[in-house]
Amino acid sequence: MRAWLLRRVMQAVTAFAVAVVLLFFLMRAAPGDPLSRLSENRPLAPAEVATLKARYGLDQPVGAQFRSFLRGLVHGDLGVSIEYGRPVTRLLAERLPATLLLGGSVLLLNFTVGLWLGVRQAVRHGQREDRWLTTLSLAGYAMPSFWLGLVLAWLVAIEWRLLPPAGMEDPLLSSGAGLAARTGDVLRHLILPSLTLSAVSIAATMRYQRAAMLDVLRMPFITTARAKGLSDRAVTWHHAWRNALFPVITLFGLWLPILVTGSVFVEAVFAWPGLGSLAAAAVGGRDYPLLMGASVLVAALVVTGGLLTDLAYALLDPRVRLA
Amino acid sequence: MNPTVALHEIWGEPRGRIAALILLLLAIAAAVGPVFLADPLAQPDILAGSLPPGVGHPFGTDQLSRDVLARVVAGARISLSVALLAVILSATIGAAVGLLAGYWGGWVDALLMRLVDGALAIPRLFILLLTLAVWERIPLLALVFLIGATGWLGTSRLVRGEVLRLREETYVRAAEALGARRRHVIFRHLLPNAVGPLLVASTLGVGDVILLEAGLSFLGLGVQPPTPSWGGMILDSKEVLVSAPWTGIFPGLAILITVLSVNLLGEALRDALDPRTA
Repeated sequence: MRAWLLRRVMQAVTAFAVAVVLLFFLMRAAPGDPLSRLSENRPLAPAEVATLKARYGLDQPVGAQFRSFLRGLVHGDLGVSIEYGRPVTRLLAERLPATLLLGGSVLLLNFTVGLWLGVRQAVRHGQREDRWLTTLSLAGYAMPSFWLGLVLAWLVAIEWRLLPPAGMEDPLLSSGAGLAARTGDVLRHLILPSLTLSAVSIAATMRYQRAAMLDVLRMPFITTARAKGLSDRAVTWHHAWRNALFPVITLFGLWLPILVTGSVFVEAVFAWPGLGSLAAAAVGGRDYPLLMGASVLVAALVVTGGLLTDLAYALLDPRVRLA
Repeated sequence: MNPTVALHEIWGEPRGRIAALILLLLAIAAAVGPVFLADPLAQPDILAGSLPPGVGHPFGTDQLSRDVLARVVAGARISLSVALLAVILSATIGAAVGLLAGYWGGWVDALLMRLVDGALAIPRLFILLLTLAVWERIPLLALVFLIGATGWLGTSRLVRGEVLRLREETYVRAAEALGARRRHVIFRHLLPNAVGPLLVASTLGVGDVILLEAGLSFLGLGVQPPTPSWGGMILDSKEVLVSAPWTGIFPGLAILITVLSVNLLGEALRDALDPRTA
């Protein structure tokens, strides 16, 4: 186990290191001038350009830039945002909670409703309900999240006035409002973004659970359980599902990149103050340090997610670490 | 499996047949539609824009009085060609890297796969955001190239896995024992047998790329206006969401129907090529 663990952690560290190197050189290799945004409105004097280049370290050779970037990374310093003029790490830290709340709610919906629907589909395998659910989930998967978000914002928030169309908090809520009122307000703002991101992502969870469940339902011990006269519900949930939950763990690792990508669009549509809308704004403002910082953070999240998934899997299934 | 047999099987089931028919219709519309429809760039009467769907304009007009149907059809041309070209590029790079890693093994394999591991840690969208944000106006070919060049990672792993499996097969070993050249083994034995999974993954990849391109265009980093694109149309509709929702609803439906059909076709193809997963 220890050797396996060491190997797996080393693999994760290597992947992250490769990702960081790739990110740095992708950005530097790209044609264009990172300062173009600042000189957009008025031409800058050569002296000003030189000062700015010196501030962002752009006057140094690529090797030196890379070294100072790595030195900063080790110390938790990702540079200064061009647009906001503040440290990138602080900006990211401010935006992280909102994204975690949105992502967490989507994960919760996936791992409750998604799993439940997947199990139902497997139990009713080949029947009309199974086919309908498959079609519906595939349609969700084929939908652009930003389009679904806009349609929902238009119908639910603007036409029917049921929920707020954007943001995370009601600016008109009195500052003296209690904790319960504040929480309720955030939750009301959370519903539409969370539903949008869930609708476009739940198909993966459902299909995975359905396939895993079908595999288990074909096994002899299920036949035995049925032969013993157990109720359908007991067989489905106590015998089959427990064993079919297992492969679904791997989904968690696959899931993070989808979630992060989706949040860029959904947060941009609903003005949700998280990392995704920050990244979308950084694109508009050509804010490279910020884009770079967000990408490094995302890569770290993805690598860690994958590592944790494999660890959980190994803890639960000894066959994995023996392999 | 014989390609004609596979096609026959796809056609034989409702899912595959419907998907294939819709895609065929879309392709025909994208190819010849612009001849019969209004000019997607024409702004006949800018003061009388945002007409709701009706006679003359089945999908209505946008705020600049451009015909939405004509723009959706012109957008199909762009979206489908960007997706096809990008996927062909990714499939080619992915197959090459996968063959190289799987067949040569050793340090070549280790190096390539560590690179793939690292690159997979960065979601494709973020790589594209970083590389596309530098352009003031993104050239369409650069967009195709970058989308294609960032989509081969999964494919290379898939092909490598197939090659690792195939090279242990008796006929491959026999060919090697008989002194077949590497080139012969790769192009006569390995590649043809890995084509099935490659084709399935590429078909499903087309759906992903259509969504990706629409998303990039929605963020202003994809197809540049005034060239009509589905994502760009949805971006424009954001400002007139309440007064002219049809300007955004139809391009979105076009994406939904196209991607759904492509994915259904991909799955029908997978089931036809590999009966075990059916």
